[in-house]
Amino acid sequence: MTGLHVENLSVTLGGNRILENVSFLVEPGKVVGLIGANGAGKSTALKAALGLVKPDTGKITIEGKDISALTGKERAKKVSYVPQGAPIHWPLTVERLVSLGRTPHLTPWQDVRAEDEAIIRKVMEVTDCWNLRDRLATTLSGGEKSRVMLARTMAVGAPYMLADEPTAALDPLHQLQVMDIMRGQAACGAGVLLVIHDLSFALRYCDQLVLLHEGKVLAHGRPQDVLTDAHLEAAFQVKVARWTDGVEQFITPHHVN
Amino acid sequence: MIRALQQKSWFFNACLIGIIVVTALLSGMFGQVDLSASQVARALFVAADDPATIIVRDLRLPRVLLAVLAGASLGYAGAALQGLLRNPLADPGVIGVSATASLGAVIAIYMGLAALSPIAIPVAAMSGAFGATAILMLLASRDASVLTLILAGIGISSLATAAMSLVMNFTPNPVTVQEMVMWMLGSLENRTFEDLMLAGPFILLGWLVMVGTGQGLNALSLGEEAAQTLGVDLKRLRWRVVLGTALSVGATVSVCGAVGFVGLVVPHMVRAFLGYEPRRLLLPSAFLGAILMMLADILTRLPIGHGQLRLGVVMAIIGAPVFLYIVFKTRESMR
Repeated sequence: MTGLHVENLSVTLGGNRILENVSFLVEPGKVVGLIGANGAGKSTALKAALGLVKPDTGKITIEGKDISALTGKERAKKVSYVPQGAPIHWPLTVERLVSLGRTPHLTPWQDVRAEDEAIIRKVMEVTDCWNLRDRLATTLSGGEKSRVMLARTMAVGAPYMLADEPTAALDPLHQLQVMDIMRGQAACGAGVLLVIHDLSFALRYCDQLVLLHEGKVLAHGRPQDVLTDAHLEAAFQVKVARWTDGVEQFITPHHVN
Repeated sequence: MIRALQQKSWFFNACLIGIIVVTALLSGMFGQVDLSASQVARALFVAADDPATIIVRDLRLPRVLLAVLAGASLGYAGAALQGLLRNPLADPGVIGVSATASLGAVIAIYMGLAALSPIAIPVAAMSGAFGATAILMLLASRDASVLTLILAGIGISSLATAAMSLVMNFTPNPVTVQEMVMWMLGSLENRTFEDLMLAGPFILLGWLVMVGTGQGLNALSLGEEAAQTLGVDLKRLRWRVVLGTALSVGATVSVCGAVGFVGLVVPHMVRAFLGYEPRRLLLPSAFLGAILMMLADILTRLPIGHGQLRLGVVMAIIGAPVFLYIVFKTRESMR
């Protein structure tokens, strides 16, 4: 069975039920968007899919294998992760930081090899940060840091990529670039799962959407079927205006009253 | 670029090894009786029954070997702990092992055990270090956060310091109190192969536990969550660094006394040459720690003032200004 499969997932954190009976599938070559209001459980679902949060019930399988049965490195080679607002604790150069993405492929004694360097350069060029390679990562702007973190994640070369709001803190051009990269990853056969707030991006870039509301799946399916007025009002308490420039469709939220 | 840094760090390590050899030779030459380099070499490699051979083999060799083991332990553990805790102010003292080892020694001196056996103080100090280790391991195995480990270390340290004060408070004889204070100031004077055989195995065991943690420490530069998604077993990493530090530093303190600053300063000195990558700091920190310890030990043999200079004092006198200088130099990149 192909794909990253989340089945009947329920998670409780600190006594609060965060997710209840959540199921969805991320297939290779597809971009799946997780949308929902703040606190709906999107990030928790992502972390559970990474094995960072233990579910009460349900299971997560990658290509038919339960992730709890995989070792840390095996799992890391299958699923990579773009965290939101990740810390950088030491002033490493950008190139060194991106190279950390190769960690799952190296033995504890190995350092970056020539073939790793080639991969590192490639992902840095794709994410437009090769020119930053000698800068200290702690001196980057928010947008530069987001691109570097994306490069670090892509350096893993995992067949599934999970991203928590990858366009947050980016200017419009780099938002478009990041979303194009996500699509490009899917075009190369990767399964991409991303938490996203921009409804227009969700409509335009995702193949499937999972709309979470209070820890449960409110709607699941093609973007045009999920992003209905009724679903959006129920999940976000907003109304939306829809318009098109003749090529793309756009959704702009506004107050109910 | 990364591979260029790899080559630079090999070269740096090779230079440090060369300096270790030279410093060890100097350490063999200077003392109450000064010897020439050739005398030291002859004493080491040619069996003879002359005073130089006795001085070098029985007095200075164990002292040099202990200085290397102790300095390397403090340097390596300091670099590993700074990487684990992601805090440039961390040093082996932060997990409380040094303080509990000192407490063990102070209790042994109070009870007059030193008169019974020359290894009584080191054994008592090591028992103290193991006490702190047991508490820390209990916490680490329960998936405690790094912050919990630091706070527990501070708590253990404070408790051990308070208990030491209490023991000193109840010591009726001022000479015994002085003996306690002098022990805590650290020394390698009169150390023998017996001390080496006692502490050496634990120090080596500590190194074995810690070696190979560099990759995990590198990944931790991105935070715990990201490190886990790169396949790092955080619990195991914490466990290895804490246990390795406890074993090697606990054993070090038990034979040398509480020598501060090495674990704190040495990683910063290496960063000035090789940058901030935690893994790249480990080995050179061990080498530089060994060099500093030998140099400080040579300085303690200088006839300054009334008494003899103590190792911990020399190290702090050298370490603190160097530390301040490094803080001043690197203030931009630490922002």
